Amino acid sequence: MNVVVLVKQIPDPANPYELVDGRLKRGVAQKVMDPGDEYGVEAALRLVDQFGGEVNVISMGPAAAMEAIRRALSMGAHKGVLVTDDALGGADALATARVLAAAIKRSEFDLVIAGVESTDGSTGVVPQMVAELLGVPQSTFAKEIEAKDSSLTIKRQTAAGYDMVECPLPAVITVTAGVNEPRYPTFKGIMQAKSKPVDTVSLGDLGLGGDDAKPTQSVDAVNPAPERGAGEKFEDDGTGAAKVADLLKQLKVI
Amino acid sequence: MTFTVEQRHLIDLVREITLKEIAPRADEWERAGEFPRPAFDALGRAGLLGLVYPEEYGGGAQPHTVYLAALEELARGLLSVGLGTSVQTLTIFPGFAYGTDAQRAQWMPPACAGEWIGSYCLSEPESGSDAASLSTRATREGDSYIINGRKAWVTHGGVSDYYIVFARTGDDGARGISCFFVPASAPGLECAKVEHKMGMQSSPTSQMVFDDVRIPVTNLIGHEGQGFEIAMAALDGGRLGIAACSVGLAQAALDAAVKFASEREQFGRPVIQFEGLAFMLADMATQVEAARSLTRAAAERRDAGEPFAKQAAMAKLFASDTAMRVTTDSVQIHGGYGYVNEFPVERYMREAKVLQIVEGTNQIQRLVISRALSRPS
Ligand SMILES: Cc1cc2nc3c(=O)[nH]c(=O)nc-3n(C[C@H](O)[C@H](O)[C@H](O)COP(=O)(O)OP(=O)(O)OC[C@H]3O[C@@H](n4cnc5c(N)ncnc54)[C@H](O)[C@@H]3O)c2cc1C
Ligand SMILES: Cc1cc2nc3c(=O)[nH]c(=O)nc-3n(C[C@H](O)[C@H](O)[C@H](O)COP(=O)(O)OP(=O)(O)OC[C@H]3O[C@@H](n4cnc5c(N)ncnc54)[C@H](O)[C@@H]3O)c2cc1C
Repeated sequence: MNVVVLVKQIPDPANPYELVDGRLKRGVAQKVMDPGDEYGVEAALRLVDQFGGEVNVISMGPAAAMEAIRRALSMGAHKGVLVTDDALGGADALATARVLAAAIKRSEFDLVIAGVESTDGSTGVVPQMVAELLGVPQSTFAKEIEAKDSSLTIKRQTAAGYDMVECPLPAVITVTAGVNEPRYPTFKGIMQAKSKPVDTVSLGDLGLGGDDAKPTQSVDAVNPAPERGAGEKFEDDGTGAAKVADLLKQLKVI
Repeated sequence: MTFTVEQRHLIDLVREITLKEIAPRADEWERAGEFPRPAFDALGRAGLLGLVYPEEYGGGAQPHTVYLAALEELARGLLSVGLGTSVQTLTIFPGFAYGTDAQRAQWMPPACAGEWIGSYCLSEPESGSDAASLSTRATREGDSYIINGRKAWVTHGGVSDYYIVFARTGDDGARGISCFFVPASAPGLECAKVEHKMGMQSSPTSQMVFDDVRIPVTNLIGHEGQGFEIAMAALDGGRLGIAACSVGLAQAALDAAVKFASEREQFGRPVIQFEGLAFMLADMATQVEAARSLTRAAAERRDAGEPFAKQAAMAKLFASDTAMRVTTDSVQIHGGYGYVNEFPVERYMREAKVLQIVEGTNQIQRLVISRALSRPS
């Protein structure tokens, strides 16, 4: 089973970031592979351990996104593709999906795994668009994956519990945090990563033009969520419980 | 000295494992006095327990400079794990440097992978600094040695899978000592007492009793009488490990002090703005950097194949004294908050003390250094 994993390089969520004109100032914050995408890499490695085949990691981003690919390779992935092109600066979800779909199509695949949503952009729509562009079924919010020869069954996380969803391969799936416990890279993996094949390709290499990268959506402003004010304090003079209950009722919690 | 990109990534990986797997649980392990075997499993799986040994034996074939940088990161998170990793590396050394091919092939891969944890048994209740006076005895009987005696201060004693044991096979002092590999499963080997220590509660330190422990002659490392030479050679390397752990611990104490002093306000401003504290921090930072440089310089000598025993003793002495001073000052900078266990610095201060004692007290380091001075090479 040949599995493609889509991984995104994001600014380390542990560090402060800076925005310029609604876009992230690159080159300041330290970058890491989106922690949400480690689950996809782990899921892919397990499937390939079980069925054979290769894990191919694909990322679109600035040259520094190579770090995300390297991380996946040192966890055990076999090869990678980095799509990087100045024309892609400011690409929106649709443009991202077009690029990723074109990169995926360059080689044979049985399954594409992506995160449910990225930690920074978090539109949560890229994988769906990719599935559509590839013309394959999609199955989302997987918290458990079970594969057979030509089909896949997932437990799909829902608000109420889960659905069992089966779909034929090839397909695109998204995985939730908690689908597995991603492994750490190993020291050997780190040393081997440098000799694994990684293609760096431009829009032109994918047969795409500048128009395909043009955003149809743009970010006008980004505002931090308002800081939470101090909570209300109840001194317990015997009526504390009632006051708390009143407040909870007011908030329609109870 | 500059690291390659891969070596940088390796050190980053150690930092990541430390931050995610070790530091968050450090207090819990320390309070429970629980040996964090899962942490060692994780380090073994990642390939971090045999970094300096050749790949054919499951090691990482890395220079000591890289290994020590990794140890520094571990000790920054929890000294028990940093020191434990240093001890593990120390216990692999005798088999590697003095063992036969068969011994290396049998013992090294599981130890490098962390499937086996090892202990190093040199000290005894009556024999510490004067290690050559040890009295545990190994008597040859046909194809076996029978070991009898009591070892003290055994790091990981009771939880280890194997014990590197120094025992007397002859009566002529240092020349009558031999080195053995003893599996934990050997009948007659028992953990007699787990010590209650000032710190490092999650690193068990025990007395191990050998009561007619029979091992095959093939478990002798090197030849009879070579044990003391092996013990001292292992400790030369071990001291670099203690130095690196000292630097990591001191760095953690310094970082905590800078953070606290920047946040704590008195007299209307952060206390770091008072010169009395700022200059203390400057001295601490300078000492940490000097200790790191001295340690790295000794490691570079070792990697270059030059004699490094004197430099290793200097690094151990200076770095552990630095760790003691910097952790004590860090408590001072925290004021009352430094004396309570909601902040980690009181733990750092308790931990630092052991570094001035183990693998040769700092008095013994001065002995090693001064002897080297009096017979110039
Ligand atoms: C505040 C803000 C600032 C932004 N700044 C920039 C900027 O400076 N430069 C810029 O180019 N874009 C920027 N964007 C756009 C954003 O990166 C795109 O929307 C993104 O490419 C796709 O959307 P998403 O991250 O929400 O993906 P989602 O749909 O939330 O991602 C789901 C999954 O799709 C996959 N995936 C998504 N993107 C990629 C990718 N690029 N490569 C591989 N796999 C992927 C991953 O598996 C991911 O887990 C910004 C967006 C926001 C909200
Ligand atoms: C937590 C912990 C873990 C340990 N782990 C191990 C281990 O895994 N394996 C192992 O073999 N040992 C281990 N040790 C033992 C350690 O190496 C010894 O404690 C150390 O070598 C000192 O020996 P001692 O305690 O018998 O002190 P002593 O040798 O009795 O020393 C008492 C004092 O006399 C001083 N002194 C002694 N001789 C001289 C001299 N010639 N000149 C000046 N001063 C001198 C010493 O510096 C010290 O201050 C451990 C100890 C501790 C505390």
